[in-house]
Amino acid sequence: MKRIWVLAEVTGQGPTALTLELLTEARSLATTVEAVAWGADTASVAGTLGDYGASRVYDVGDLAGALPGPLVAAAMAGLIGAGEGPEAVLFPASYDGRDVAGRLSARLDRPVLTNVTGLAEHDGGLLTEHPVFGGTQIVRARFTGEGPGIYVVRAKSFSAEPAGGSPAEVVAAPPGDVGPTGAARIVRRHVEEATGPKLDEAPIVVSGGRGLGAQEHYALIEELARLLHGAPGASRAIVDAGWVPYSHQVGQTGKTVKPTVYVACGISGATQHLVGMKGSKHIVAINKDREAPIFSVADLGIVGDVHRVLPALVEALQKRS
Amino acid sequence: MQGVMGDRHLRQLGLHRYAPAAKALGRRLQLLRRADESAEWRRGHRIVNNAVMHVVVCVKQIPDPAAPASLEPGTHTLDRSGKLIMDDSDSYGVEMALQLAGGVEGSEVTLVSMAPGGETSGLRTALAMGAGRAILVSDEALAGSDALSTAKVLAAAIRRAAPDLVIAATESTDGYTGTLPVQLAELLGIPSVTFAKRVSTDGTKVEVERQTEAGYDDVECPLPAVVTVTAGVVEPRYPSFKGIMAAKSKPIDVLSLADLGIDASAVGAEGARQEIVDVADAEQRGAGEIVVDEGDGAQRIVAFLEQLKVI
Repeated sequence: MKRIWVLAEVTGQGPTALTLELLTEARSLATTVEAVAWGADTASVAGTLGDYGASRVYDVGDLAGALPGPLVAAAMAGLIGAGEGPEAVLFPASYDGRDVAGRLSARLDRPVLTNVTGLAEHDGGLLTEHPVFGGTQIVRARFTGEGPGIYVVRAKSFSAEPAGGSPAEVVAAPPGDVGPTGAARIVRRHVEEATGPKLDEAPIVVSGGRGLGAQEHYALIEELARLLHGAPGASRAIVDAGWVPYSHQVGQTGKTVKPTVYVACGISGATQHLVGMKGSKHIVAINKDREAPIFSVADLGIVGDVHRVLPALVEALQKRS
Repeated sequence: MQGVMGDRHLRQLGLHRYAPAAKALGRRLQLLRRADESAEWRRGHRIVNNAVMHVVVCVKQIPDPAAPASLEPGTHTLDRSGKLIMDDSDSYGVEMALQLAGGVEGSEVTLVSMAPGGETSGLRTALAMGAGRAILVSDEALAGSDALSTAKVLAAAIRRAAPDLVIAATESTDGYTGTLPVQLAELLGIPSVTFAKRVSTDGTKVEVERQTEAGYDDVECPLPAVVTVTAGVVEPRYPSFKGIMAAKSKPIDVLSLADLGIDASAVGAEGARQEIVDVADAEQRGAGEIVVDEGDGAQRIVAFLEQLKVI
């Protein structure tokens, strides 16, 4: 494959981990890798993007508070229309990544393949892998027809490795006028102070589910996570119930985690959840239902009442610390 | 527990047929039990809007996620031959629309859906919650449509309704591609705010708290717009018996592709520009040690963690 683009998401700490994962994978699939980024100071990340394989970064520029979806997609569509386009565009499966991918899809009249967890070259194009049915099966798919393939890739599908490339060349790619589609504005940002490691980076994740019985019991999950220097997570059921914020959700519609140890407490292990944590190195599950699907992926499964096991575990660890 | 008994549990007991009644009863019991916290929580999240609004909610009717799912052997598309129900993810959007339009004379909530075989059972659920009417696009030629084709079809149906606001779930429970609402917004030529965890409006713009990696952003967006909501943003009401009865006579306009002026060859399996090549079994994890807690469960976990040298 000749050229792949990667949508590069940049925070105050530089390009996101997922961005670097995508650049690394793109490098192994294409001769030329280019990034597309936005923000006030794209030049400051040209070094890192280059180090991970991007020879060029198209800079959409400072969006002055506008949500990136329509603007970044317009800039990409503009370049593609001018014949500068790639054969494939890799998007991070993130809040903004999916927005840009959806907008670009409609602009180019090309469909999207989402929830991609694997990519391979095939017949001059790409073959994608998507986990289905709780990750028990893998669907492989590909695009047909003309035009670039749009892929939305899940976190931790690939590992990020620098290649030692020189800084990417920064090329301005202004979005042009997008009319009313670009009218959504961020008026204020709220950063929620999280103590401890981030959910998708933590070496240990302790998650709670509906088996906890009540919202107040989630405090035990938080305490256990704290004692293990890990991050607390949640199943979709208790996020839907409003017990914990969406940012805690592990699963198909939430975060993908691959910690060293994952502790599932009162989680039955619906497909939705398994997809997001099955890649953990070691899995511990506590559930009172012996038939719960979570036990099919557990290295250590305790068939028991989470209300008895969890407090005893917290107490035992408190004594040690 | 959100209700007295979850759907899955009812199903295990073979009582799911009585779910609506049990839910209504459970809801009442739950209200009594958690009267203080729950009522306060909902009051705190209640949306106040006095402007007249027409809200469209995209509703997907899907195979029951609790039933075993399978792929069609030939086409590898999801088998949708069984009874369809409203995607639970959409109940939050329906509830939000009802709250946004609620109680204002002239405001209305319209459901828009695409489903095979004129399927309306999921739409009836949303109508029973309180939506006024529904538009269903059903056409044999739509089978096998990709998300972009679906977005085109829904966009055509939504243009007819000319709403002030379109609400959708961030993604469906069965397909979870999560790109359709934004594709829809681009096709309609309007802005979109995804991953909303709180929404308010004055009838001319929406103010949204949008989930981010680091926390959330306050986003302002003029109407018309597409907003996608995450689960848990509001507490969906259960249909009342009165609502269920009323839903039976609410209008559902069933439209074909020809009605919408869409070329059948551009959508469905024929128009899809992606294909499933094959389906293979994933790598299995090795069997673990499953033990029944005899009061030593916590100690076993401690020993396991010690062995891994994480404590």
